[in-house]
Amino acid sequence: MELRSNVPDGPIEKKWDSHRFNLKLVNPANKRKHTVIVVGTGLAGASAAASMAELGYHVLNFTHNDSARRAHSIAAQGGINAAKNYQNDGDSVWRLFYDTVKGGDYRSREANVYRLAQVSANIIDQCVAQGVPFAREYGGLLSNRSFGGAQVSRTFYARGQTGQQLLLGAYQALMRQVHAKKVKLFTRHEMLDVILVDGQARGIVTRDMVSGKVESWTADAVVLATGGYGNVFFLSTNAMNCNVTAAWRAHRRGACFANPCYTQIHPTCIPVKGEYQSKLTLMSESLRNDGRVWVPKEKAVSEAIRKNQKSPNDVPDDGRDYFLERRYPSFGNLVPRDVASRNAKMVCDEGRGVAVSGLGVYLDFRDAIKRDGLDVIKEKYGNLFDMYHEITNESGYERPMMIYPAVHYTMGGLWVDYNLMSNVPGLFVLGEANFSDHGANRLGASALMQGLADGYFVIPYTIGGYLASNKAAKVGNDHAAVKDAMAGVNARVDKLLAAKGKRPVDHFHRELGKMMWEKCGMARNEAGLKEALAEIPKLREEFQRDVNVPGSASSLNQALERAGRVADFIDLGELMVRDALERRESCGGHFREESQTEEGEAKRDDENFCHVAAWEWKGDGQAQTLHKEPLTFENVKLTQRSYK
Amino acid sequence: MNVTLRVWKQPAPNQPGRFESYPAKDIPAEASFLEMLDIVNNQLESEGKEPIAFDSDCREGICGTCGIVIDGRPHGPGKAITTCQLYMRAFNEGDTITLEPWRAKAFPVLKDLVVDRAAFDRVIQAGGYISINTGNACDANALPVAKLDSDRAMDAAACIGCGACVAACKNASAMLFVSAKVSHLALLPQGQPERRTRVVAMIEQMDKEGFGNCTNESECEAECPKEISVANIARLNREFLLAKLLT
Repeated sequence: MELRSNVPDGPIEKKWDSHRFNLKLVNPANKRKHTVIVVGTGLAGASAAASMAELGYHVLNFTHNDSARRAHSIAAQGGINAAKNYQNDGDSVWRLFYDTVKGGDYRSREANVYRLAQVSANIIDQCVAQGVPFAREYGGLLSNRSFGGAQVSRTFYARGQTGQQLLLGAYQALMRQVHAKKVKLFTRHEMLDVILVDGQARGIVTRDMVSGKVESWTADAVVLATGGYGNVFFLSTNAMNCNVTAAWRAHRRGACFANPCYTQIHPTCIPVKGEYQSKLTLMSESLRNDGRVWVPKEKAVSEAIRKNQKSPNDVPDDGRDYFLERRYPSFGNLVPRDVASRNAKMVCDEGRGVAVSGLGVYLDFRDAIKRDGLDVIKEKYGNLFDMYHEITNESGYERPMMIYPAVHYTMGGLWVDYNLMSNVPGLFVLGEANFSDHGANRLGASALMQGLADGYFVIPYTIGGYLASNKAAKVGNDHAAVKDAMAGVNARVDKLLAAKGKRPVDHFHRELGKMMWEKCGMARNEAGLKEALAEIPKLREEFQRDVNVPGSASSLNQALERAGRVADFIDLGELMVRDALERRESCGGHFREESQTEEGEAKRDDENFCHVAAWEWKGDGQAQTLHKEPLTFENVKLTQRSYK
Repeated sequence: MNVTLRVWKQPAPNQPGRFESYPAKDIPAEASFLEMLDIVNNQLESEGKEPIAFDSDCREGICGTCGIVIDGRPHGPGKAITTCQLYMRAFNEGDTITLEPWRAKAFPVLKDLVVDRAAFDRVIQAGGYISINTGNACDANALPVAKLDSDRAMDAAACIGCGACVAACKNASAMLFVSAKVSHLALLPQGQPERRTRVVAMIEQMDKEGFGNCTNESECEAECPKEISVANIARLNREFLLAKLLT
């Protein structure tokens, strides 16, 4: 199989314009004859469904949430980047493009990233027009901040709830189309398979999560905007119901899964407390602007703190190791997410961690409070300190906060071409669910930008190009492929209910998560990955035999929902490990221990790994086949990232 | 710690429900309330018994999915929190804790503690938006918005649509929810063209859904996890009156 990126020719700044001109158009009168299925109602899904409906397409939109407004995009705190250059500080489309390619550690596709930077400005215009209440200056114009180590102020924000406000904007646009009967919205519906006819995506199978009814839906194209797979680690900052099932079912039907081992680890999360914990909470990384990260120099001191025999406030300055400031004097505590995370892990591995579990480092505001006063710090970060207090029952003003990295985002996803279409014709993938724009590491405030770029400004054009040049006959619900997919879903549900073993679903999910975090997390090595590759099939076998899913298929059954998702996570986990094993280089969000510089920094290997690793499904019990899409950099020069 | 749960169990929308007791044993005090329910449910599942159905998603207080009436209070004891932000340290050893779903005619129970809040979506569908197609927008800075207006709009827009306001109200009124969206959009210049039609359409839909009327007792504000002010309800009334008089 050949993976064709379909990147148009010509200079990079002209590619999208010329491509839009060359794409065939669907006559306005014919648009209503086309049905498009959109799965997901997050930033990408809602914006895509609303925008396509505005154009005149007939849209069927599905979400497993009880309302379209609850998709996990809502939880994004920090902001959204756009190359507006409102601050006159030297930003431009080119600079945003450059920063994103570099930040992604040269593992993304240049042309896609350039387009993302180009449309970023339109996103802000659109959102403001929808009534998104971005922060403003006293003169009434929009306010910006610098975010995630960027050298320019290009981040737009709405307090600490930017994701919420952007999602509500897209949700309201979607609700308007539902009211106009251009979008038919199905809430509490989980997609459990893609229907392929003659190799093209022509529909999906869903389960109504209230009645348990399994149904099929046919269309001319299917758009997946189903988010990331961070919950494969069990503990992540993702919402409880985020899952990989839609993407994984598409993978099993032939869509290649690209760079599955690329996950982003966010440095400033509240550390794990115990076995019972259900998820991790992120605190905005803006905290690193004023907080200083440290652990004790001596292992014995850390031990005493862990046993509550010593307070961190009693550790004198010369007993503290401000390890980010020490190792990266020019960036200090503001090094990118991957570097900050890896260093925190490293000092904890040395036994110098501070939380009860030993997995935590301090984020200390003592000096900032001394310098600026308590009031200033309260005004800047009050809500974050409150949140920290609520969760940990400790005051970050009186005692340094404890933080530890946690899984936050997944850069990998279904492979797509320049049109955001997977290698299965008619199957489009948007937002976090695809692999395309962030390479091996996502910069802060870029996820919201990508989700909305894909949904508002890319898919409305590229879907037309596909539909106009594809004249396939309508598919009815009585088609053999539809019946076959329905039967497959029903059989799978029945199998999960039939096991009647002794353990709850969560047990297997936790076990998988632990293994993935330890062997395929921030740092990995060949030996660990091989162990994981041997253990995952055992876990799968144990799950199939010993899981207990009570209740029936014909009613609301949350254990059944979770069981289906965990089964897919186990298969995905195996592929992630395989991908990580194959990628014998350190890059972006992951550190391959065999590939490091003398100073212990990540060492990329452009000679052997400057490609997208896209995996093709080969059937149950078979290893996937690896296809490589080479990455060429014509506009940004490959350099080793250095934050020294 | 050990507590006893008295939980509303209802197998399906149109079937009768009743309270059932569940022991919650050896719960770490640092656990969240929903993690306590996870522990109880895991135990039930490993015995092959049906777990307690409840909704939750982000578990950080922003998605608005979770919502349990705990000892008579939507989202339980504590101010300005959602159910997922409640921790077991708010309870004492040996407590009996009562768990009920949101109770309102417009929010039918689907199962146990899970309710259907689609009525809120339909209220938004009736007009809770600014009509602008993708691509129509002018430059974002072409229209300055006074910071105070923008901040007030943001205060209202912070609503997470959880429905605690309805659950807290003896009339099951949705006025706080509706007023938050009406205020958000009425305070912004972009929201002006549809200002009058929006408020009328949303109020009509709200009534159609079977939500009650506001009698100004502010239970909604007291239980709102985002502390949305009842001043928005005053604004809603004003907007509605003006719209009726002027159109």
